[in-house]
Amino acid sequence: QLGIRISLSHEKEPLGTAGPLALARDLLAEGGEPFFVLNSDVICEFPFAALAHFHRQHGGEGSLVVTRVEEPAKYGVVVSEADTGRICRFVEKPRVFVSNKINAGLYIFSPGILQRIQLRPTSIEKEIFPAMAQEGQLYAMELQGFWMDIGQPKDFLTGMCMYLQALRAQHPEKLHSGPGVVGNVLVDPSAKIGANCVIGPNVTIGAGVVVEDGVRIKRCTVLKGARIRSHSWLESCIVGWSCSVGQWVRMENVTVLGEDVIVNDELYLNGANVLPHKSIAESVPEPRIIM
Amino acid sequence: LKAVILIGGPQKGTRFRPLSFEVPKPLFPVAGVPMVQHHIEACAKVPGMKEILLMGFYQPHEALGRFLVSAQQEFKIPIRYLQEYAALGTGGGIYHFRDQILSGGAEAFFVLNADVCSEFPLQEMLEFRQRHGDAHGFVILGTTANRTQALNYGCIVANADTQEVQHYVEKPSTFVSEIINCGIYLFTPAIFQHIGEVFQRNQRELVLEESSNGWQRAEVIRLEQDVFTALAGSGKLYVYKTDGFWSQIKSAGSAIYASRLYLNQYSKSHPERLAQNKPGGPVIRGNVYIHPTASIDSTAVLGPNVSIGEGVTVGAGVRVRESIVLHGASLHDHTCVLNTIVGWDSTIGRWARVEGTPSDPNPNDPYAKIDSETLFRDGRLTPSITILGCSVTIPAEVVILNSIVLPHKELSRSYKNQIIL
Repeated sequence: QLGIRISLSHEKEPLGTAGPLALARDLLAEGGEPFFVLNSDVICEFPFAALAHFHRQHGGEGSLVVTRVEEPAKYGVVVSEADTGRICRFVEKPRVFVSNKINAGLYIFSPGILQRIQLRPTSIEKEIFPAMAQEGQLYAMELQGFWMDIGQPKDFLTGMCMYLQALRAQHPEKLHSGPGVVGNVLVDPSAKIGANCVIGPNVTIGAGVVVEDGVRIKRCTVLKGARIRSHSWLESCIVGWSCSVGQWVRMENVTVLGEDVIVNDELYLNGANVLPHKSIAESVPEPRIIM
Repeated sequence: LKAVILIGGPQKGTRFRPLSFEVPKPLFPVAGVPMVQHHIEACAKVPGMKEILLMGFYQPHEALGRFLVSAQQEFKIPIRYLQEYAALGTGGGIYHFRDQILSGGAEAFFVLNADVCSEFPLQEMLEFRQRHGDAHGFVILGTTANRTQALNYGCIVANADTQEVQHYVEKPSTFVSEIINCGIYLFTPAIFQHIGEVFQRNQRELVLEESSNGWQRAEVIRLEQDVFTALAGSGKLYVYKTDGFWSQIKSAGSAIYASRLYLNQYSKSHPERLAQNKPGGPVIRGNVYIHPTASIDSTAVLGPNVSIGEGVTVGAGVRVRESIVLHGASLHDHTCVLNTIVGWDSTIGRWARVEGTPSDPNPNDPYAKIDSETLFRDGRLTPSITILGCSVTIPAEVVILNSIVLPHKELSRSYKNQIIL
C-alpha cells in the first residue's frame, strides 16, 4: 500500500528504550544514513523533513524533538541553548521551574550512535543522552503543532481531539459531515449511522461499526466492528473492537471497553474500565475496573 | 355497615415530601388512581355498605373536595369528609365523631388507614367474625412479616384456634410475633366504650399533671398503643390473618412498590386499566397504566410497573421502567427514566438519564416488607428512588441519580446522591 520495505525486529526480552536499537544494529547501519526513532505512544504532526534538515545542519550525532507543555514537572525537561538548540542537560521531574520543553519521544540519529549502545536493557534517556549532551553531540528541535502522550485512555482521547483539530485545518475533506454531525468527526466509509443520531464533536468511528437510531456520541473512539444500540448516550469513551453496547445505555467519564465486551440495555457506566470478553449486567456508577 | 378512612393531615406523612407539598398524600396517584380510591372501591363493593367517611385534619382543600364529588358519582355511595379540629390520633378522631359514625344504626364499621396498600379482604373479615362467634368482637387484619421487620409494626400474638388476640405491642424492641397489624379494622359500636375509658383515664392523669395544652392531650387517643394493648387478652379482640398483598405507603419508594402491587391486581379486577400492545402504539412490557389523555410516541418502551398520568407527553425512543410519571410531565426523545417519580408538569430533556434505586423487599422472602429506610446513613444520602418535585426542569444529556429535586427547580448539570433545594 505504501510502497516501502517494512522489517520487524523482535525483542525476546524487553531491552528498554535504547537496547532495541542495538538489536537491530545491522538493519539500522545499512546504508550509513541517519535514522529516525519514534515512541509509538505519541501523536503529533510528525515533522520528519524539518527534523532531517535540522540534523544535517548542526552535524551532531543526535537530534531530539522537544515540545512545550504547561506542566513540565510531570515529565523530564530538556535544557538547551536558545540559538543553536544544543542540549546542555536533562532534568527529571524538576521541583523548581527549569524549562518548559520536554522530550517528545521523536529522534533522529547518525549511525555512530550505535557504538554507544550495548545489547542489554538500556534506557536511552538515562544512560545514552546524558553522555551525548555532555559531549555537545545532542540537539533539540522544537515541535510545531500539537503533541500528546497517548499511553493513558484519558490522554488518548485528548490526543484524538487534537488530531482531529489538526485534520480540520489541513484536510477538512476527510472529516464527516451531514445531518446530525457536530464538529470534527471521522467516520470509516463502511460504518453505518442510524436516523436521528447526533455524532460529535470529536468522534472517530471505525470500520464496520453500526450506530443505531437516536444515539448521541461525543468525544469518543469507537473501534472496528462495534455496535451501539439505539437511544444510547456516550461521552469520553473508548469502545473496543466488536463490542456491543445495549439500548438506552449511558457511558461517560473515560469508560473503556476492551475487545468483545457486551453492555446490557439501560445501564449506566461511569469511568468503567472493562477487560475484554466481559458481559456487563449491572451499572457502574463510580469509576472502577471490571475484570 | 360503614367505613371510616383515616387520611391524616399535613403534619403527618412528612416522609412523602416533596410529593406531599402539592397534593395531600392520600390523593397521590398509585397505579393511576388516588391512593385512597383503592380503599373506597373496596368498601363500596361490600354488600350493605351505607356510607364512607374520610377522616383527617387537612383544611378543606380544592383537590380533596373535587375528589369527593367525583368519587361519590362514580361509586354511587355517600362519601363525606370529617375534619378533626386537631390531630387526634387514630382513636381520637373516630371517638370524636362517634355519633356521626353510628348514625343511621350502623351495626359495625371498618376503619382503614389511608397509607396502606392492600387487597382489602373486607368481606372475608365480616365472615370471619361471624364464624368466630362473638358478635361484639373486634377484628384486626393481620399479615405475616419476617422476624426482623416485624419490630417496625404492631405485633399480634393470637390463640392458634380461636384467633383471639392475647397480646398486642406496637413496635417492640425485641421479637414478639411475626403477625403484624395491617391498619385495617372491623369494629362494633362497643369500641367507643373502650376508647371512652382511655379518654377518661387521660383526663384524670392530665388534671394531676397540670399540663398547659391539656385539652388537646386528653383527646389524643392512639388505637394501637392505648386501646388494643388494653383489649388484648380480654376475649374481645381477634385477628384475621391474610396472605393477600399488603404494604405500607410511607415513602416515595413505597408508592412505586404499591403501584406494582395494584397494577398486578388490575389484571383480574380492572383489566381495562392496563395498557396493551397495539400496532402504532408504544411497546408495553408487563403492567402499565396510561391515562387516556397522555400522548406516547410509538417508539417508546414502557414498563414493567409504570403509571403515566393525565396529559403526559412521552417522546420518541423513551424508556420508562418502574416509575410514576405525574400529570402534565414531558419526557423528551431518547430519555431513560428508571425507578423515579416524575413530578407534575416537569420536563426531562433529550437523552437525559433519570434513575433511582429501588428499595423493594427481598424477593426471595415471601414475608419481607418494604423498608422505611432513613434518609441518611453514615453521613451520606441512602440511595433511593429519584423524586422530581412539581415543575422541575432537567436539561438534555445529563444524569440524575438517586436524588431528590425540590419543586420548581431548573437544573443545569448532572447530580448524583443529592437533595437539590
